[in-house]
This record gives sequence, structure tokens and C-alpha cells, in this order.
Amino acid sequence: MVATQETIDKVKEVSSTYKYGFVTDLEAEKAPLGLSEDIVKFISHKKKEPRWLLEWRLKAYKKWLSMEAPNWAMVDFPKINFQDIYYYSAPKTKPKLNSLDEVDPELLRTYEKLGIPIKEQEVLAGVAVDYVFDSVSVATTFREKLAKEGIIFCPISEAVQSHPEIVKKYIGSVIPISDNYYAALNSAVFTDGSFVYIPKGVTCPMELSTYFRINEQNSGQFERTLIIAEDNTYVSYLEGCTAPQRDENQLHAAVVELVAMNNAEIKYSTVQNWYPGDKEGKGGIYNFVTKRGNCLGKKSKISWTQVETGSAITWKYPSCVLKGDDSVGEFYSVAVANNAQQADTGTKMIHIGKNTKSTIISKGISAGKAQNTYRGQVQIQKNAKGSRNFTQCDSLLIGDKCGAHTVPYINQFTPHARVEHEATTSKISEDQLFYCLQRGLDTEQATSLIVNGFCKEVMKELPMEFAVEAQKLIGISLEGSVG
Amino acid sequence: MSLLEIKNAKLKIDDKDILKGLSLTVNKGEVHAIMGPNGSGKSTLSYMLAGRDGYELESGEVFLEGKSLSEMEADERARSGLFLAFQYPVELPGVGGMSFLREAVNSRRKFLGEEELDHLAFVKEARKVASKMFVKDEMLKRAVNVGFSGGEKKRFEILQMAMLKPKISILDETDSGLDVDALKIVSDGVNAQRNDDNAIVVITHYQRLLDYIVPDFVHILSDGSIIKSGGPELALEVEKNGYAGLINAA
Repeated sequence: MVATQETIDKVKEVSSTYKYGFVTDLEAEKAPLGLSEDIVKFISHKKKEPRWLLEWRLKAYKKWLSMEAPNWAMVDFPKINFQDIYYYSAPKTKPKLNSLDEVDPELLRTYEKLGIPIKEQEVLAGVAVDYVFDSVSVATTFREKLAKEGIIFCPISEAVQSHPEIVKKYIGSVIPISDNYYAALNSAVFTDGSFVYIPKGVTCPMELSTYFRINEQNSGQFERTLIIAEDNTYVSYLEGCTAPQRDENQLHAAVVELVAMNNAEIKYSTVQNWYPGDKEGKGGIYNFVTKRGNCLGKKSKISWTQVETGSAITWKYPSCVLKGDDSVGEFYSVAVANNAQQADTGTKMIHIGKNTKSTIISKGISAGKAQNTYRGQVQIQKNAKGSRNFTQCDSLLIGDKCGAHTVPYINQFTPHARVEHEATTSKISEDQLFYCLQRGLDTEQATSLIVNGFCKEVMKELPMEFAVEAQKLIGISLEGSVG
Repeated sequence: MSLLEIKNAKLKIDDKDILKGLSLTVNKGEVHAIMGPNGSGKSTLSYMLAGRDGYELESGEVFLEGKSLSEMEADERARSGLFLAFQYPVELPGVGGMSFLREAVNSRRKFLGEEELDHLAFVKEARKVASKMFVKDEMLKRAVNVGFSGGEKKRFEILQMAMLKPKISILDETDSGLDVDALKIVSDGVNAQRNDDNAIVVITHYQRLLDYIVPDFVHILSDGSIIKSGGPELALEVEKNGYAGLINAA
């Protein structure tokens, strides 16, 4: 709650409600508009990819052509014209990957505007960062230090060249190309993303982080992230995202695959702040993302924490497949939907191994005329004896024109397991607001305080420095929703 | 200049007259008690003063140190030094007591042009005040009023009052739900804050609180206006004869 006053100040100093809405004037190299087999080949050629990957992409493209866009989510938007999107856009001055000094200064300024000066972040925070700008990864910091531990942290396009055997083994192993419409699309046209490999017995000495930025008009962002944690390892990874303010919608269809071996733990945190569109719902990012982690090893653990404040439409369900005995899956989520935003988000916990455990804590906040849906599936398979799930879904409504929906699916195929589901819906009450006002807090401060209190269980799961940022974001995205 | 001046305050709720021309003047250094039976308009009076939505005056005016409150929102009134100790303090799930207090105190300090307290300085100050109120550190770590007993809630109210150092405090039925021991602790807390520069308005149903917080003036509120004013002896009269006798006589 320390950050609340800062939040208010921040809100006031920002003239427009979305502070990341600027456009960077960079010359970009684009693929021709639209999608075809040739475009897939173009991307693969640009990335100088090996034959197997091109074939894999083409297979995904053919699969995608035969699929239909999913329509079961509680979101409403006009049909996307996939021929009206640029599938490849790279800043023209191609930065050298190992030296920040050679990165286009214009690009560095963009990151500074985002509040993440690369150098400063590198030095002060000790966070290793990968920056993905439109389709290309521009800088990865701290690589040498990580390399000493045997950790590989680099753009996935580079990993394809330097560690093809690992990429080939795991890409699509968690989320196959045929998994769903947007995953198939991503597999065909993904341009970059992060790659992390933690060798046996290594605890990653710092937070790893990626910042994604969509800059070009009409361009889609299709990044793909792959994280592999071998036996007895730990890694914490964070992604943040922003995009400029534009009147038309932009598509973001990412895929994230995580693999955790015996006794490995992956903590994956997201602070998502894509441009949400204006008050009437014009513009904004379509955030259609597939994220899944395989707990392959015994006693492995995958933990998803997400703070979703941006995007016009959010469609994402970070999931865990608990194959290894005694493995653990966690999902902590705060989803804020204000004005005309629509969010349909949740998780899937698939219990396969014995004594597997999962926890789901979902906090949905709706304001304006936004619709916010929690959709979750807990599946306990036949052999998952002794498994347990606990689910808690809380919804907070601000105002009387928004909606909150909870859609839990529970499939239990063994009697030797326990599944618990709790759900609440509440409103910020007049009493609470008046109480805060009477103590001298203004309406924005009071709302921010109450909302952050509501989200506390999830916020405490975020790495410290990002928790502060996330608190601010929540305050900013709810600006003007009360009073 | 008087600290608080209520001039012929009239207020309707759902078309029903609740305050029917209430006037009251409170000067620095004074403690006033407002007593009245159920439904006389006591809580409405406190909400009206604090500026709660829906409790705007139909006519009449209220001045705080000569400044009209009519254009001031609730938070501005609070920052200006008006404090209301709630009859039913509100729960704020997940909002830590210490953080809440700090936000409140710093809002007031900022308004007064004082430097905001950093975390460490604030915690030190809060602990000092809390120990005087028999409020344990542990209570400050809990979410505001969540799972507090009746006594704890009231102690936390008075702790906030002590931290905010208001010019005028309105205590709305602060004695309700308190046993004798708790009543004494809370009253001691209030008395410790009495000085020549501030004033306190105690709103109560019963006389017993006034044994502990001894007022300079007692007013009887009935049917939306003050029908009788006097010294502490007036409270004893209420205790002896009930409100009915006074109201009939008026």
C-alpha cells in the first residue's frame, strides 16, 4: 500500500490515461501484408532457420487453415481479418545483440519512456532482461554472468541457431501445433521470444525478465517463449508488455511453454499492460495467449502469477499439467477490466501423477461496463490418487454497469482426491469509501487501497520490485471508475 | 472565531425532515455532549458534519474555523481537521492497519504543508501512540477492523484520532458495545487528547460515557433540533428522569 500516493501522483502527471501510448519513430522492415505460405517461408528465411523448423512452421500453417477460431469465451469482437496484419516487423537498424551501445538510441529512449532504462535496470535491479520490440529481440542483458552458471538466456531465434537440439526437443512438446487456433497461428509465424535453459542443480541467481513492446501499426506480435528447468533447479521469470495507443485493434497471440523436471521449480510472473483501447472500446490489443507448463518430474513445481490490467480483450488460461508424482501447480491472478475491456481468463490444472497439488487464487475486478470472466478447469485423472485442489475465485464490482462471471469446470475421475472451490462476489461499498474519505484519503486513493487489499493474496506472490509496479498499474487502470 | 458553528441546519432524507433547524457553537478547548433518544437525528448530524453523500443540508450552514463546509467534500473536511469516530467502524479486507494509518496521516500532513513521514518514522510514532492506547503491534498488522472485537474497533478509532490530531472530533456513540474496562481505556485515550486548541463533540445515548469524558456543555437533541442546553448536570437529569420528561417540558 506504500505505493498508493505514488500511484495518484503518477496518474496526475500522465495527461492521457494510458501512459505507454506513444509511438517510436523507427524505420521498420516489414514482411508484405497478410498471411500465406510464402510469408511463413519469408519469416523463416529472415531468421535463417534450419529446414526442420520451416517444415514445422508450414505444418502448423496448414493445420491453422483447417481450424476455426474458438467462440466459447465470453468475449465479443468483430471477426479478425488475418490478411490485414503484418506478420513480421523489425526495427531496420538491426541492433547487435551483445552490446547495448550499438542499439538504436531511439529504441533505448522508448524503453526509458516505459520506465525501464536498460542500463539502469541492468545495474540497479540486477535483473537480467530480454527486450522484444515488435518482432525482434533487441538486447539481452547479463548473459555472461548467467553463462557462468551454465544458464542460457537468449532470444529464441538465437537459441534455434546455437542450441538447436534443445529447441527441437521441446518446442511444441507442451503446446502442440494443433492445440488451438491461436497456438497453431503462433507456431506458423512466431518471430521471437525468450529462451531459458537451466542446467541440472542450478538455482538461477537473479530474476529473468522480458519486456514486450508492439510498436508498428497493423502488426501482430507472435512471440514464443520456452523455459526448461532440469532436475533440482529454480528460476523466476517475469514478463511485462506495453503497446502504443492506436485506433485499430492489434493482435497479440503468444505461446509460452514451460518444462519442469524432477524437483525443479519455475515461477512465471506476468504484468500485462497492453493498450486497452479507449473508453468507448475503440482500439486496443487482442491478447490471445496460450501458456502451459508441464510438471514432468517428481516434486516439480510451476507457479503462474499474473496481473492483467491491459488489452481490449484477454483470452488466456495459463495451465499446469501435473504429470510427475507430488508435483505442484499454482495460479495466482488479478484481472482488471475497466471501461469496455473484456477479460476471459483462468487456468487449467490437469492432475495426472499421484499426490499432485494445485492452488488457484483468482481475483477479478470489473469497472465501467467491462465484463470479466474466470474460466477454470480442474481435472483429476484416474491415477492421480491423493491429489488435491483448492480454488478461490473472488470478484469485485465497481459501479453497476459491469459484470463478473465465474465458470469453473471440475472433472474428477478418482474418488481418492479432494477438490475445493470457493467463490465470492463483492462491491466496494459506500461505507468503505466514506470511511476512507473521512480519514482524508481522496476517492482514487481509497479505491486503490481497497482494490489492492482485495488483491493482496496475489500481489504478495509477485517479486518485490514488480509488486510495486503492479500496484501502481492497478491504480492507474481504475482511474475514474469511482465517484 | 468559534471552531465549529452550525447555523439553523435543515436536512431531509427520503423527503422526511430529520434535522429541523439545528444550531450549535463549539469553541476551542470545549467538550460538548449531544444526547438524545433513538431517532432524534444523532447519527444524521455526524454524517452531515463529515460530509457523507446524501447528507447535504437543505438550508442553513456549517462553518469550520469560519470556513463554510458546504463546498467541501468529505475527504477535504477530514484533511482540514474534522474527525469522525464511527459508531460502526468499517472493515477493509486486505488493507493493513499500519498502511492505512500512514496514508491518512500523510494526507493530513500534506494538507497542513508538513513533510510526509517516511515508513520508519511513521512506524515509530504509531507504536508510541498505540502503546498508550493498549493497542498491540499485532493489531496494526491486521487488516483494518477485520475480525476486531467491538472494543478493538473503538480503540482503533481513537488511535486514528490521536495520530491525525484533528481540530474537531465527533465521537458517534463511541460507548456502544463497550464493557466498563474498554470504556475506561477509550475514554482515557480521548481525554489525553483534550487541549486548548481542539474540541470534541460526544454524541451519546447514555450518560455513563460522560462519567469518563466529562463535558463542558450538554445538549439535548430531540426530533431534529436542540431543545435544551446546560452543563454536566443536564446529563444527570436525563439519567434520572429519562428523555421523555425533558422533551415534554420543552
